[in-house]
Amino acid sequence: MWHRDSDRFRLFTRRALMLGAGKGLLLTGLAARMYYLQVLESDRYRTLADENRISHRLLPPPRGLITDRFGAQLAVNRQNYHIMIVREQTPDVRRTLEILNQIIDLGPGIIERVERDVAKRRSFVPVTVRDNLTWDEVARVGVNAPDLPGLIIDAGRSRDYPEGPHLAHTLGYVAAVSEKELNGDPLLELPGFTIGKSGIEKVYDLALRGKAGTSQVEVNALGRVIRELEREEGESGNTVVMTLDLELQRYANQRLSRQESASAVVMDIHNGEVLAMASHPAYDPNAFTTGISHRLWNSLVNNPYSPLSNKAVNGTYAPGSTFKMCVALAGLESGIISADQRFFCNGHLDLGNARFHCWKRGGHGWVNMHNSLKHSCDVYYYEISQKIGIDRIAAMANKLGLGTETGIDLPNERSGLIPTKDWKEIQLGKRWQGGETLIASIGQGYVLTTPLQLCTMTARIASGKAVKPHLTRDHVAPDGISSRQNEEFPDLQISRASLARVRDGMNGVSNELHGTGYRARIDIKGMELAGKSGTSQVRRITMRERQTTGVLDNDDLPWKYRDHALFVAFAPIENPRYACAVVVDHGGGGSSVAAPIVRDLLIKAQELQSARPGISAADLPASAQLRPKPPQSEEGEG
Amino acid sequence: MPFSKYRIGEDPDYVPIGRRLLLLNWTLVALITALSGIGFAMLYSAANGSLEPWAERQMMRFGIGATLMIIIAITDIRIWLKLAYLSYFVALVLLVGVEIKGDIGMGAQRWINLGFFQLQPSELMKISLVLALARYFHGLTVEETGRITLLLPPLLMVLAPAALVLRQPDLGTALLLVAGGGVIFWLAGVRMWKFGLILGSALAAIPIGWQFLRDYQKNRVLTFMNPENDPLGAGYHITQSKIALGSGGLFGKGFMLGSQSHLNFLPEKQTDFIFTMLGEEFGLVGGLALLMLYALVITYGYVIALRCRNQFGRMVAIGVTSTFFLYVFINIAMVMGLIPVVGVPLPLVSYGGTVMMTILVSFGLLMSVSIHRDIRISRQGNDDGRQ
Repeated sequence: MWHRDSDRFRLFTRRALMLGAGKGLLLTGLAARMYYLQVLESDRYRTLADENRISHRLLPPPRGLITDRFGAQLAVNRQNYHIMIVREQTPDVRRTLEILNQIIDLGPGIIERVERDVAKRRSFVPVTVRDNLTWDEVARVGVNAPDLPGLIIDAGRSRDYPEGPHLAHTLGYVAAVSEKELNGDPLLELPGFTIGKSGIEKVYDLALRGKAGTSQVEVNALGRVIRELEREEGESGNTVVMTLDLELQRYANQRLSRQESASAVVMDIHNGEVLAMASHPAYDPNAFTTGISHRLWNSLVNNPYSPLSNKAVNGTYAPGSTFKMCVALAGLESGIISADQRFFCNGHLDLGNARFHCWKRGGHGWVNMHNSLKHSCDVYYYEISQKIGIDRIAAMANKLGLGTETGIDLPNERSGLIPTKDWKEIQLGKRWQGGETLIASIGQGYVLTTPLQLCTMTARIASGKAVKPHLTRDHVAPDGISSRQNEEFPDLQISRASLARVRDGMNGVSNELHGTGYRARIDIKGMELAGKSGTSQVRRITMRERQTTGVLDNDDLPWKYRDHALFVAFAPIENPRYACAVVVDHGGGGSSVAAPIVRDLLIKAQELQSARPGISAADLPASAQLRPKPPQSEEGEG
Repeated sequence: MPFSKYRIGEDPDYVPIGRRLLLLNWTLVALITALSGIGFAMLYSAANGSLEPWAERQMMRFGIGATLMIIIAITDIRIWLKLAYLSYFVALVLLVGVEIKGDIGMGAQRWINLGFFQLQPSELMKISLVLALARYFHGLTVEETGRITLLLPPLLMVLAPAALVLRQPDLGTALLLVAGGGVIFWLAGVRMWKFGLILGSALAAIPIGWQFLRDYQKNRVLTFMNPENDPLGAGYHITQSKIALGSGGLFGKGFMLGSQSHLNFLPEKQTDFIFTMLGEEFGLVGGLALLMLYALVITYGYVIALRCRNQFGRMVAIGVTSTFFLYVFINIAMVMGLIPVVGVPLPLVSYGGTVMMTILVSFGLLMSVSIHRDIRISRQGNDDGRQ
């Protein structure tokens, strides 16, 4: 029996050894696989492991400041405290929030919203409970911290405009990035990141934005941050110094605030620096930085006085009689008209079947160029425009900066419109009518301008140079700031004599008795202004109206049918420095409504200049030498 | 059973208790302790440098298990022979029991609560099956092994518990039972062509068996075929495990410094994927060292088997060693992405009481074979084949 057993043993031994060999082979296979993973493929897996554990986070850079020309802060970054809750650090979210609600008022529905948000996120992710805590609230929460487990107070930055509505239209505002604005820059995708949406904030957004820093953090599989590995701070954005003078700006706003809807621009006629730009009514840009409420937004959009629009660059108006300097210059430069040439005004001019009226019933009698400006005689301009034609007028208007964007550093600037024969043919497919030249000559009809263009026109007449307006002291670009110091504007190519004639007429408007702007003259020696009024119709005055009731008075018309009141001026007459344009929407007469505002702004600008010693016009070239003339007669309307 | 038979003086093969302790394979004990020690260290690391919640409990279990192992080791091998069928029967009844209880309780409960210890009948079956098969083939001659009618009962002994376990569903354990049983068949001298026949029909049955797999089991197999298909779902485990191992490199990231493990990218790092953590923290060097320890233990099992002079002991020795090997191979192959994810832990190292017990009990049997290697046992199961 035992030999049989030994057979069995031999068989067993053989088979056991085969089995063992098989196992040895398999274990060798495991070792080979280990070698493959841990030596041959190690680099690849090491990269993958790092990708797993290292997360790059962007650190939003502080946005650049915006100041006025003297360094007063117009847009700053304010510490914004918000309170957040971390679910895993509090035993009972609801109870903690209820205690918090007793310490600071959370408002209705907040507890429910936070509870929902908390339930959706991972337990270690902080959820914002409330934004914009006051310092007092921060302190109260801090004192009660032991009763408020899981609550964190976090300081972020939010944009703040200390001047509120005063600079709303030029500064613009920042707000959260919208879906359309995402361009792949990861910075824009950061929660809570804001970018410029209008005004200077939008135009110089890239320069103000700065460079983002990065932080490398180690995260676990759930995304929880374990520790920071590396940190590279970003660069804050450039400070943008504006040309605006905060004090003049405040004054302009205050001065416009008595009107329903109006805009004003004050600029330096030599370097194009805009010292004040106001559009009334305004809005508070601070409302946008943390998200504007639906109700406030709707009330802004539906306001008939369009507070969201910067009317100084986005509003277009028929310039009315302020356009007459343009026609006069075109006449002089054409050589067809001389300044002393006189035309007779009997109150109207007939062309074909149509009758074109002067604003003054009965007419002005014989008028030369000086008096045509001073009294704002319409028939004079009907006469000379017939002789020189619309295209000469348009060319001069373009030279003076009308009909195209001034190129100011603001978004959505309107170009206005200066019609020509070709323009009408191409755009409307109709031939130019002779009567249309007459209407254009008094700044009505197709002619449209922005208040900024009118101010620029005035500055060019005063300086003789192709001045362009701008809002920043230096050129601002994303890669840095370069000085405008040595920039000279080219000459306008208009003869000195012609300019002097027109300026002389403007002097007559303001400083001669019977001038349309005489009542709004500046009576301070050395500060006198020279201006031109304009009253532009927004409705057609029918023959029937003239014959029955007579031309209706503005006060009898609904607001939106009233005339726009315009006034443009430069000052001082001797050695001019400032140009100003004011448009009061549907304000009535230019000389009675707009001119006093221009006068006050120009006085203020000159007072501020003498109050601040560093800034004087003494070294500026004397481009206009005019003397105020003694008062002569009563004033009229233009 | 008449255990009294083995009293001093009556049994020529009797080995005194003191001598048995002396004969105990202390080297093997040391190897087992070393492997468990590595396990404690890894569990300490898995808990981010804390004995809680795993390392301490694992040590306690090891203490109890090791004691049990030595008691089993110094118990006469013939007692285990006699108990073989009984333990198989008990294990089978318990398996049916949990099956019924699971059906009633509407859940997949695999264990019976004994108060101090949760008994998994499938674990008990892993040992009992080896014992029962070893006893069965111990009683057959080489010629009898060739008779198909005599092969049917042991085949049934393997398939019945495997089917029950598969229903639980526990693919890993079913696989271990069939493979462990197959090893005994192989050692008994069953002809190769019969294995070929079984294997062939098993392959043919795959399409049918596929329908009986649960969805998650199907997914595991499909994911194994193409892990990139589902990188965040079922394939996530394999992918993260490979990343952890590969990033460990030659020498590893250092003890308790494995980023994949400690930042929780690696799932189940204290149980099924503990080898991955070891590979990440100690690199290829650490992984190979562990593999060497396992290879030494397995080799030791073979030495014991080949030195044993009774068929039962030899078969038990290779049987338990093979089960141990299968654990090691399946687990490590799984975490390295060589085979689909099946829930098989790394023996002695992974956290888990029942597997620790199973392994230590089976090593107890192996040592018992070693201590009683010179006892000859007749095919009938009597202690004496000499007359």
